[in-house]
Amino acid sequence: MPSTFTYEFNTPVYKGTSSFNTGLFIGGKFVDGQEGETIDVINPTNGKLITKISGGTAKDVDIAVNAAQKAFDTVWGLNIAGAQRGKLLGKLADLMEEHTDELAALEALDNGKTFGWAKNSDVAASVGCIRYYSGWADKHSGKVIETDENKLAYTRNEPIGVVGQIIPWNFPLMMLSWKLGPALATGCTIVLKPSEFTPLTALRMCELIQRAGFPPGVVNIINGFGSSVGQAIAEHPKIEKVAFTGSTLVGRKIMETAAKTNLKKVTLELGGKSPNIIYDDADIEQAVNWAVHGIFWNHGQACCAGSRIFVQKGIYDEFLKRFTEKARSLKIGDPFDADAYQGPQVSQIQYDRIMGYISSGVEQGATLHLGGERHGNEGYFIKPTIFTDTKPSMKIVQEEIFGPVGVVIKFTDEDDIIHQANDTMYGLAAAVFTQNINTALETAHRLHAGTVWINCANQLHPQIPFGGFKQSGIGRELGEYALANYTNVKAVHVNLGHKM
Amino acid sequence: MAQPVEITIPATGRKIAVPTGLFINNEFVPSVDSKDTIQTVNPATEEVICSIVAGSAADIDVAVAAARKAFNTTWGKNVTGFERSRLMNKLADLMERDAEMLAELETLNNGKPVRVARDFDIGDSVQCVRYYAGWADKITGQTIEVDNKTKVAFTRHEPIGVCGQIIPWNYPINMWSWKIAPALAAGCTIVMKPSEITPLTALKLSELFIEAGFPPGVLNTVPSLGSVGGAALSSHLDVDKVAFTGSTVTGRKIMEAAAKSNLKKVSLELGGKSPHVIFESADLEQAANWAALGILYNSGQDCTAGSRLFVQDTIYEKFTTLLAEKARAMKIGDGFGDVSGGPVVSKAQYDRVWSYIESGKSEGAKILTGGEKRPGKGYYVDPTIFTDVKPSMKIVREEIFGPVLAVAKFKTEEEAIELANDTSYGLGAGLHSNDANQCMRVSSALEAGTVWVNQYNMLNNNVPFGGKKQSGIGRELGSYGLEEYMSIKAVHWNFGEKLDWPF
Repeated sequence: MPSTFTYEFNTPVYKGTSSFNTGLFIGGKFVDGQEGETIDVINPTNGKLITKISGGTAKDVDIAVNAAQKAFDTVWGLNIAGAQRGKLLGKLADLMEEHTDELAALEALDNGKTFGWAKNSDVAASVGCIRYYSGWADKHSGKVIETDENKLAYTRNEPIGVVGQIIPWNFPLMMLSWKLGPALATGCTIVLKPSEFTPLTALRMCELIQRAGFPPGVVNIINGFGSSVGQAIAEHPKIEKVAFTGSTLVGRKIMETAAKTNLKKVTLELGGKSPNIIYDDADIEQAVNWAVHGIFWNHGQACCAGSRIFVQKGIYDEFLKRFTEKARSLKIGDPFDADAYQGPQVSQIQYDRIMGYISSGVEQGATLHLGGERHGNEGYFIKPTIFTDTKPSMKIVQEEIFGPVGVVIKFTDEDDIIHQANDTMYGLAAAVFTQNINTALETAHRLHAGTVWINCANQLHPQIPFGGFKQSGIGRELGEYALANYTNVKAVHVNLGHKM
Repeated sequence: MAQPVEITIPATGRKIAVPTGLFINNEFVPSVDSKDTIQTVNPATEEVICSIVAGSAADIDVAVAAARKAFNTTWGKNVTGFERSRLMNKLADLMERDAEMLAELETLNNGKPVRVARDFDIGDSVQCVRYYAGWADKITGQTIEVDNKTKVAFTRHEPIGVCGQIIPWNYPINMWSWKIAPALAAGCTIVMKPSEITPLTALKLSELFIEAGFPPGVLNTVPSLGSVGGAALSSHLDVDKVAFTGSTVTGRKIMEAAAKSNLKKVSLELGGKSPHVIFESADLEQAANWAALGILYNSGQDCTAGSRLFVQDTIYEKFTTLLAEKARAMKIGDGFGDVSGGPVVSKAQYDRVWSYIESGKSEGAKILTGGEKRPGKGYYVDPTIFTDVKPSMKIVREEIFGPVLAVAKFKTEEEAIELANDTSYGLGAGLHSNDANQCMRVSSALEAGTVWVNQYNMLNNNVPFGGKKQSGIGRELGSYGLEEYMSIKAVHWNFGEKLDWPF
């Protein structure tokens, strides 16, 4: 029998208890993994064990898929009206909102982001996303298409069926919501693998999903490793669609596996090396503030982080001075400190990776302008870091670092900057700062990115689609667009009079 | 005279405090210039329930000004779709919480059975508000490719503005929700004139607006006579749109007033004389149930009532016998009792329906069942079925709005379609057949905004509803209903084209 984990929070910003089952959530019940595996959940502030949880394997994925298929065939899919699906999603959003502080605390404990960010940004956005999709459930209409009076032709938007979803560790609860919302609204059933680094909020959500009234088997949550559970999902012959958010490297594997097995539909949200272009006529104070948010939000662990900061020559010196000041003033500390801005990176692996990029930057001859070292003696804390005097070929300019490391690059030519900005295999996002609307729109339209922010950065809304050009991904999440990911369009031709 | 009165529901003993003032800026206030009142009556007992303030044209001015202020400051473009959605969902929760109480008040004033009021009228209304709450943050315009090098063109779906809404007495709460929900979702503010016959639940629902947290002035409720408040709204120079549900006669007046004043946008849900066609392949038992529902639900006080029944000659005798049994099985009485139907809503309606029954008799139609007045109190009309009707008879041409059905025979499908479409109305239509191709052909040929195949009367909040021909203008429900409250602005944004001069 899987155990219940209870954690007492006694911190300056939150006092309370969280208690939840640590098993695999399959068919509405919590169970041990078939092969008895467990996963260690580590506290990134000190590297110590928080708890062990059940880990799954391919066998568990198979059981979950069968439960999800049964639910789809009997109590979910089109066996339940959209308005009812919407109602359950609304109830889930209400429950998440009621438990805001508890969820935020678990997220901060597990991921390392501060309680303040978790509460006001992550949990709030997650509640908003589920609520947004609850409204779509009864509004995803097909079309009636006129051909001639002897035919009635129409399309049906049918749910695909059992879908596999694999989410990352950078915004665990928010990524869970982005996946659950549209899939459940359209009527799909789900087998979802949280990140093995940050499973706690997903586990807590299982009970809320039960309480909201979702029938058993509609949502199944299986913790495990990418190479076992993730691979099993990508391979499974009865999963007709997989949605993945994570690294481009793993995204390729999933797409390859899907191609080799049952050609399941694939949507991918992958990495980025997003340019932030700051023209001479930008509002410099605003540009600085947004640039800080662009690269240091979530400790730089955001796929859309504005990690290449291009500053036009005329304001370069002033920008760099103010940007450095602001970065230096960011307070690093325990996630439960009332005034901390930044906590630790999520894991040892990530810490080592980021420090490796910092070393490479130094080795390859860039100027380490700020930071570049560990903060404190325990946990995975890295100081906000800024590099200047880089060359385009350097690793820190080409590759996604996924940490609080910004590269500031001077530019002169307004036409050339767009080429430089687009000179990357990625295309997730971009930001443009200028007071000249003509420049802003023209630049935005020429950038090869799925989201372009003008005079802002890293702004997400559940109504606005998000996704990548080029190797940053396939498909779009959020907005009405996400519904298409979970829909099979069927065209029906009713013959009313053509004789053969 | 804006204090609440305490009403006791005789059947349950529940006490309800009903506001009697005009609801403007989140407060209940007296009229600014009139001492007139409206008396509300219980149609089952013919007794007065209470008196409420009757709004004047000057009160409409005050309400419109409040709605305009809210539109310019706290609502309209000043509030996000997300926030509108949140408030509307809160309202739906409160309506659900108070469903039992609201149902009892609805039954007291309108007469319909209390479980129907609770499960159908209010149940559907709660879902309607939730449905439109879901649309509030999903209103999108288009970006339109013109010339990538020089111009960005896009549309914004803006709220129309201050909307006058005039609702009828047959489904007071349900009609209230059909009107406020899409308007609020789109960002409009409202001056609502409920029917002077059934204003009590609209006033009670206004209290929930305060509790839900809507800013003052977003919804204003002004019960008044149609010729006073309705006329004032239709001709008001600062009302951007009027939405009306009621008789075709009044609908014309409203459209005329709109044209003569400020060309405000008009949407109308008017009367009907909806045909219900039974083909020989139909499941007769089911068809009889649906046909009975079609004319007897809500005591026939339904704009889509299937009031002209056309039965194929090969099944005529069998079907009409079945139907008469269904009609006689319907138990009609006090809405607080164990009944399927209540009285008609008022003395005026009672007299009207009976005059049609008399005209049917005098023009030579035969009575299959009903047609006799009940003794005693209450505006009861028992189900009445006329056969051997001719197309020229008043009971065939005019909307009766009571449980009175006119039945005729037909031979061929073409004849049925011709008979069905022979009306200036076009609101609803129904057909029963097990021949799929026939279903498609006939549903395509029927001139009605809603066609039911092997069903009748059942609506869904996400499916549009409205009339062809003289049954109305515009659509309610579904995404279509939302569009009625939007005003499209196209923005042409030049960022690259230089204009030479002289041109």
